[in-house]
Amino acid sequence: MNPLDLLLWVVAPYVALTIFVLGHVWRYRYDKFGWTTRSSQLYESRLLRIGSPLFHFGILVVILGHVGGLVIPKAWTEAVGVSEDAYHGMAVVLGTIAGVCTLTGLAILIYRRRTVGPVFSATTRNDKLMYAVLTLVIVLGLAATVAANVIGGGYDYRTTVSPWFRSIFLLRPEPSLMAGAPPLFQLHALSALVLFAIWPFTRLVHMLTAPIGYLTRPYIVYRSRDAAARPTSSGRGGF
Amino acid sequence: MRVMAQLAMVMNLDKCIGCHTCSVTCKQAWTNRSGTEYVWFNNVETRPGQGYPRTYQDQDKWKGGWELNRRGRLRLRAGGRLRKLLTIFANPLMPSIQDYYEPWTYDYDRLFSAPQTEDTPVARPRSLISGQDTKITWSANWDDNLAGAPELAPADPVLRKVSDQVRLEFERAFMFYLPRICEHCLNPSCVASCPSGAMYKRAEDGIVLVDQERCRGWRMCVTGCPYKKVYFNHRTGKAEKCTFCYPRVEVGIPTVCSETCVGRLRYIGLVLYDADRVAEAAAVPDERELYEAQRGVLLDPHDPGVIAAARAEGVPDDWLDAARRSPIHKLIFEYGVALPLHPEYRTMPMVWYIPPLSPVVDVLTGTGNDGEDAGNLFGAIDALRIPVGYLAELFTAGDPEPVRAALRRLAAMRSYMRRLNLGQSPDESIATAAGLTGERIEAMHRLLALAPYGERYVIPKAHAEQGALLEEAATGCSLDYEGGPGMGGPFGEASGTPAPVAVENFHALKDRQETGSLVDPADREGRVNLLNWDGKGLPDGLFPRKRKEDS
Repeated sequence: MNPLDLLLWVVAPYVALTIFVLGHVWRYRYDKFGWTTRSSQLYESRLLRIGSPLFHFGILVVILGHVGGLVIPKAWTEAVGVSEDAYHGMAVVLGTIAGVCTLTGLAILIYRRRTVGPVFSATTRNDKLMYAVLTLVIVLGLAATVAANVIGGGYDYRTTVSPWFRSIFLLRPEPSLMAGAPPLFQLHALSALVLFAIWPFTRLVHMLTAPIGYLTRPYIVYRSRDAAARPTSSGRGGF
Repeated sequence: MRVMAQLAMVMNLDKCIGCHTCSVTCKQAWTNRSGTEYVWFNNVETRPGQGYPRTYQDQDKWKGGWELNRRGRLRLRAGGRLRKLLTIFANPLMPSIQDYYEPWTYDYDRLFSAPQTEDTPVARPRSLISGQDTKITWSANWDDNLAGAPELAPADPVLRKVSDQVRLEFERAFMFYLPRICEHCLNPSCVASCPSGAMYKRAEDGIVLVDQERCRGWRMCVTGCPYKKVYFNHRTGKAEKCTFCYPRVEVGIPTVCSETCVGRLRYIGLVLYDADRVAEAAAVPDERELYEAQRGVLLDPHDPGVIAAARAEGVPDDWLDAARRSPIHKLIFEYGVALPLHPEYRTMPMVWYIPPLSPVVDVLTGTGNDGEDAGNLFGAIDALRIPVGYLAELFTAGDPEPVRAALRRLAAMRSYMRRLNLGQSPDESIATAAGLTGERIEAMHRLLALAPYGERYVIPKAHAEQGALLEEAATGCSLDYEGGPGMGGPFGEASGTPAPVAVENFHALKDRQETGSLVDPADREGRVNLLNWDGKGLPDGLFPRKRKEDS
């Protein structure tokens, strides 16, 4: 086995995943106060109202698509009677639409960030790096899909990329599967690893605290002395 | 019955002269940081006027507070949980900075650094949001004292509810001031709107706070609050709001706004309420019955049944004693002059107002009548439907009767006490006409006119044995104060643990005592600290030191 393949498809993913998990744990313990969306809606909402939902809903569909494509084995979908052609047709149409929405949304958001004075001055270097990597990941992913399955004759990543992805989590990495994938898929995966590695240190952390619990909690929250009595090392902020 | 204690406030609008001291001292103590330039936990509005942020009372537009759904149950006016989550990426109902105002500073450096020219250099206004030169076109008190009223006042959402005829007369007739802080509602819609569960009502004293470590900046609380008293700190990306000065009230001293009020018009005390009945009372179908429903939730602290139930819930005895001596309970029930602000938002607000009688007296005196004669005054309150209509839109969802009753009591007090002052015999009939007794009027006069400090503020201390559990016990790193070696994490100024207020105050005081120079406006640690000023003496640094040659 090629040592480069070993580095790219075994070492890199585990390093990225470790940074992703430990980074979040560390950030959550150290920096609860900085854990926020850092919304800039107060400054500007006209462009945000179009760009932000377009991007966020788009990326949610993209994430769902990735879960479907990477986590669920091909054998399972075929077992319930979904043929490879049907699956790919659906994935390409849905994926391309969601990808284009995401990219358009992102373009609007970046345009807004650059041209609206207050928003630009609230942008940190950290944000700029994050935007660059995020854009790269999305562009490469969309390019891989379009090149292989819209223009090209079709590439079944569910026989290479997906088993490799699962092999990482099953702790039996199979780098050879990924080594043979088309370069665009490889680049997309590598850039995603970079994104996962910087994730805990950027504003993207807000995704991990998506307020799903809001759907079930009681409307009015009381905090009683008993609840506050839990031992804390960091203390709770007041105002 | 689930008895809970609530710290509440009453403001006597008759005494407000609109000096903004409360706003300034509050800002000085709480929101003089970057990111909170536009944040006024306390503001004073001229009525009629648009308020702050502009037209915040127009709930058709901003959709704050609660409403009843078709089945008569409470729901958030801006939409339920699912709708909130679906609009989380761009909140369509959030005021923009332009609805508040774009904060600015002046380019003072220009005054010193400008080269020698024929023209005097000027300090041009510069936006604190974009950093660019700006033109000042609006601020928190742009329509103060009816400034620009012909153009601006017609946009007052309260004024738009009363008829045109009334409106014109009203604009000519009078104005008054409305100081506002967070209402610390019994049924807070901001808390209900928070997707993260970061906002909470303290079970001990009912103060509504934002947990800075759990807030994720989803901004739904800003929409949820119909009073627009939750603000978004645009530097830290977190919500902030009036804290009822919890570090002060926990040790038994009043809030900064109350302490520094020159008119002594604020009252602080406890009320006991039945938490089980809040939702039911807030869901009364007729808006005009909400005022009575809200009173109905509050409990009589003298009732043995209530006392026993409160003890069972763990309310300490000294708190029950404070509840019995509470000026708030007296003003709402015994004297019946305090009314809630906009009960129709169904949030059960806990900052109450004594409606202003002075404008009526002024109008009456202006027509050549004796403005303080009981008969004239009673007649005028009934005849002058203008102020009553407007006040009713503010305090009782449009029902003029409670406002009229409160004004009659205030009028009775004036007439009754004037007779005493002039050495005439007390006239019990004046008291009876307003549903009071002479004795009660004298007690009310003592509380409202003399307003002794110890009776105005009846604030039980937080219990020492609970002390370690209250917010101030946050045992963060004591180097984490702003500008300290522990501050400023790798993610910019907003990262890391916020400094506990006590720690920050300690360093602010220490820095000021150790510095030889006058307060440097650029150095916010050099500020005069009013948060732990108890109202006695002068805080160091409030005025420059006298120079030797002066003395």
